[in-house]
Amino acid sequence: MSNEWPLWEVFIRGQHGMSHRHVGSLHAPDGEMAIKNARDVYTRRNEGISIWVVEAANISASSPSDKGPLYEPSNSKVYRHPSFFDIPDDVGAM
Amino acid sequence: MTRDEALFEFLLRLGDNTVVLSHRVSEWIGHSPVLEEDIALANTALDLIGQTRFWLGLAGEVEGKGRTADNLAYLRDAWDYRNLLLVERPNGDFGKTMMRQFLFDAWQSLMLGKLLTSSDPRVAEIAAKASKEVAYHLERSADTIVGLGDGTEDSHNRMQAALDDLWDYTGEMFISDEVDEVLSTAGIAPNAASLKEEWEELVGRILKDATLTIPDSSYAHKGGKSGVHTEHLGFILADMQFLQRAYPGASW
Repeated sequence: MSNEWPLWEVFIRGQHGMSHRHVGSLHAPDGEMAIKNARDVYTRRNEGISIWVVEAANISASSPSDKGPLYEPSNSKVYRHPSFFDIPDDVGAM
Repeated sequence: MTRDEALFEFLLRLGDNTVVLSHRVSEWIGHSPVLEEDIALANTALDLIGQTRFWLGLAGEVEGKGRTADNLAYLRDAWDYRNLLLVERPNGDFGKTMMRQFLFDAWQSLMLGKLLTSSDPRVAEIAAKASKEVAYHLERSADTIVGLGDGTEDSHNRMQAALDDLWDYTGEMFISDEVDEVLSTAGIAPNAASLKEEWEELVGRILKDATLTIPDSSYAHKGGKSGVHTEHLGFILADMQFLQRAYPGASW
């Protein structure tokens, strides 16, 4: 059995209306302590209003070696970008 | 004893508690068992220094002799310090440091809670700011006490030993004297003894969750609040005050 605390990934929401962003990781014995540690490590300078933590082992990640089949097919499909339309000025910023 | 004399004494007690404990906690910086705790302890020490600036700053103002928070912190000797003996106890292991922190946090959170309604608005204002920081300190130290107390056999034994060692230093928090009489009559601060019941309830609940046994002792080491300290305070002040003593007025 490992004596190391598990690794947690930390996500912080900077302000209302923004989404949580990954800011880094830390070790903690459980989720509650991970939030407390995140508070002390990542929000000392008023960076956040909400914290999410997730145990790193619970994240499923894509494999870098799969990048060919995963991403390359979309390289040649520029028509998927909605950039072939003229947007009327009245619409404003989109 | 006039009201201002009593208030000056009381503010020294609050400010000396926070400055001495802050120094003790800061001794962990770079030495904590894990990085995350290192940062958390440093944050706590910084919070306590911030509170010290307010309490001792106000003490100097109330005294009216032109002394600043820095003068009071760096240029008084041990016998003029008014902190509880509890906060000058050596750090010991991490568990003991957290036990000392918890016993103090519980008391400080109750004290600040009462000071929120102080008849002196300057005191109430500082209490309002500090109480948010202390609420977090207490949450963190209480969690750690439960985690380690109700943890492995080794961590449990260490926490029980820490509690046994520190318990006799908690009684001093609740000993009232003339300062308390004057200030509680004026509605500025609660009588020290009046916090005892709530503190015992709060601390008892957490220690029970932590599967720790409160020592069967009502003995109280005392003297800190009137300037009679253990030998440890002299060493703390020697460290803390060296620069201002060796190079008076040095600033950067």
